[in-house]
Amino acid sequence: MSFLELQDLTRRYGEAVAVDGLSLAVEKGEFVSLLGPSGCGKTTTLQMIAGFVEPSAGGIRLGERDLTRVKPAARGLGIVFQSYALFPHMTAAENIAFGLQMRGVAKPEQVKRVADALALVGLAGLSDRYPRRMSGGQQQRVALARALVIKPDVLLLDEPLSNLDAKLREEMQVELRAIQRTVGTTTILVTHDQSEAMALSDRIVVMNRGHAEQVARPTEMYQQPATAFVANFLGKINVLPATVTAGVVTIGAGRWAAPGSADGRFSASVRPERIGFGADGLAGTVKARIFQGHHWLLQVATDVGLVTVIAPNDGRAIPNEGATTHLTWRTEDMVLTPAERAT
Amino acid sequence: MSTAETAYRGRAPWLLAAPALLLFAGIVLVPIVMTVLLSFHDWGQYKGIETIITLKNWHEIATDSYFFEIFLRTFRIALLTTVISVLIGAPEAYILSRMAPPWRGVFLVIVLGPLLISVVARTLGWALLFGSTGLINVALVRLGIVATPVQFMFTETGVVIGLVHVLVPFVVISVWASLQRLDPQIENAAVSLGGSGFTVLRRIVLPQVMPGILSGAIVVFALAASAFATPAIIGGRRLKVASTLAYDEFLNTLNWPLGAAVAVLLLIALAAIIVGSNRFVERRYAEVFR
Repeated sequence: MSFLELQDLTRRYGEAVAVDGLSLAVEKGEFVSLLGPSGCGKTTTLQMIAGFVEPSAGGIRLGERDLTRVKPAARGLGIVFQSYALFPHMTAAENIAFGLQMRGVAKPEQVKRVADALALVGLAGLSDRYPRRMSGGQQQRVALARALVIKPDVLLLDEPLSNLDAKLREEMQVELRAIQRTVGTTTILVTHDQSEAMALSDRIVVMNRGHAEQVARPTEMYQQPATAFVANFLGKINVLPATVTAGVVTIGAGRWAAPGSADGRFSASVRPERIGFGADGLAGTVKARIFQGHHWLLQVATDVGLVTVIAPNDGRAIPNEGATTHLTWRTEDMVLTPAERAT
Repeated sequence: MSTAETAYRGRAPWLLAAPALLLFAGIVLVPIVMTVLLSFHDWGQYKGIETIITLKNWHEIATDSYFFEIFLRTFRIALLTTVISVLIGAPEAYILSRMAPPWRGVFLVIVLGPLLISVVARTLGWALLFGSTGLINVALVRLGIVATPVQFMFTETGVVIGLVHVLVPFVVISVWASLQRLDPQIENAAVSLGGSGFTVLRRIVLPQVMPGILSGAIVVFALAASAFATPAIIGGRRLKVASTLAYDEFLNTLNWPLGAAVAVLLLIALAAIIVGSNRFVERRYAEVFR
C-alpha cells in the first residue's frame, strides 16, 4: 500500500466540478508534481490534502490514517504557500519556531532544530531578520524551513517558485530538489510551469479539467504523451496531418516508413528539437528565424501548415529567412495517433 | 535648462500648493494663533476684555483644583471610552471580515449607522433611554436586576456609553482596513503548523492588526477628549469636561480669555498625547510593517 493515497477525490462548487474523481498513489519519499493550466483543479487538490477545502466525495489516506475528516491543524503536513505566508511580525527564527511551539517542543530543542532548519536552507546568519527585510528567495527559504522543521509526513508546495525571477527560480529548483533528497520527505508540488515539474519530480500528474490526463515519469511523459493535451502542455510540439498507406507515412511531400501501422488518417506529433534539415522530407520555406542563445527557433511554412523547429546552436548552418529547405526526422521521433482522437 | 526655468521649477510646488496653504492658514492657523493670544488677555466683570499680556488665566488654571479635576475627568472619560471602544470594535471588525458578502454589507452599514445620525438627535435619544423612567431603567427594575433606577444621566457612565456608541465605528473602520491587508494564507499557514483557532487569533492575527487597533484608538481618544455635544447633553452642567467648560466660559461667564486658555490647554494636551502615541506606534512597528 502506498504512503499517501487519494481515492476518487472530488470537489464540486455548485454545478462546477473543480476536481473530478482524482485517484493517485504516492510512495514514501517520492516527489510528485501536479501540473496543469490554471483552473485544472491542481490547487484545489492540494487544498484538500492540506484540509483547507473539504472534498465533496472520495478520501485521502496517509499511511494507516484516514485524513479525509481530520482538521488541518492535526494533519501534520508542511505547506509552502505561493505568497510564502510568513508571519510578518516574527523574525525568521520565530517563524520557524512557531510549529515547534505548537507541538510543545522544549525550548532548548526548539533552538537547536530552528538552527538546523536555517542551516539546511542556507540562511544560518539571518535568524533575527524580519520577512520584510528579506529578498523573495530568502523568504522562500524561510517558508521551506518553517514547513520542514516540524518533520512533516508530507510536504506540500503550492507554486512555491512562481514569484521568483527566472535565474533565481532555476537555482531554487536545484536546491529544492537537493533538500528534498536530503530530508527524504514525501513531496507534492503544484505548478503550472512544465520545466519546473520536469526538473523536480519523480513523477508528474498532468491535470486537465479536474482529472488526471497522465501520470508518468518526466522523460516518459515528454517522449510518450498519452494524449494530445499532454503533448501540447509539456513543451512545444508539432501536430501534422498524416496518411498511412501500406506501411508508408505521407506528410505533405515527405515519406516515412512505418512498418506495422494500420492504414488510415493520423495526426503525427513531432517535437521541434527532433526535426533536422535535409535534402528530402517535408518541403518548406523559413518564415522566421530567432536566435535564442543556445538554440535557434525557426518557423517553417510547409504544405501542411507552420512547423516549429528548434535547432541547436552547434556551429552547423541554419537556413536563412526566406530559404527553402526540407524537414526530416526519424520515424521513432514521431507519434502517430488516429486523426479522430487527436482533437 | 535656463536659470529662469530652474527658478520656476523650484517655485512651482509652492505656487501649486499656495491656494491650499492660504486656505489652511486662513481658517486654521489664524484662529488658533488668535485664540492663543486671547488666552493671555485680561478680563473683568465690568471692564470686559483688556488687550494686555498677562499670565492670570494660566495661573488660575494651574492653581485652581477645579480645572485640574475637569481635565482629569476629561481624560478619564476619553481613556475609558477608548478602551471600551477597542474592546468592542476590534472583535466586531474581525467578525465582520469573516461574514459572507450579503450579510457583511448589511452589518457594516449597521455598525457605521451612528455616524449617519445627527449628534444631537442621537444623544437626545440616549437621554430618553437613560432617564430614571427611561427604557433601560424600567427594563432593569422590572427584570429585578436593580432595585432602584440606575443614575445614567449626568454621570460619567452615561457620557462614556454615549461616546462609545458613536466612536466604535472609527475603531471598526481602522481595524477593518488592516484586516483587509492580511494575507489569508498566513492564517492557513499558522493552522497547518498546528495552531488552534484561538492561538492563531492571538499570536498571528492580533499582532498584525495591532497598528490598526492603535491608530483607531488614537482617533477615538482625540474625538472623545474633545467631544462637546455628548457630554453637554448627557453630562449637563453638573458634569463638566474641558470642552463644555470652555463653552461655558465663553458663552455664559463671557470670560473669553479664560475659555481660550482652557481650549488651548486642551489642544496642547491632546496634540502631545496624539503625537507621542503615534511616534510610539511607528517606532514599535517600523521594523515589521514598512
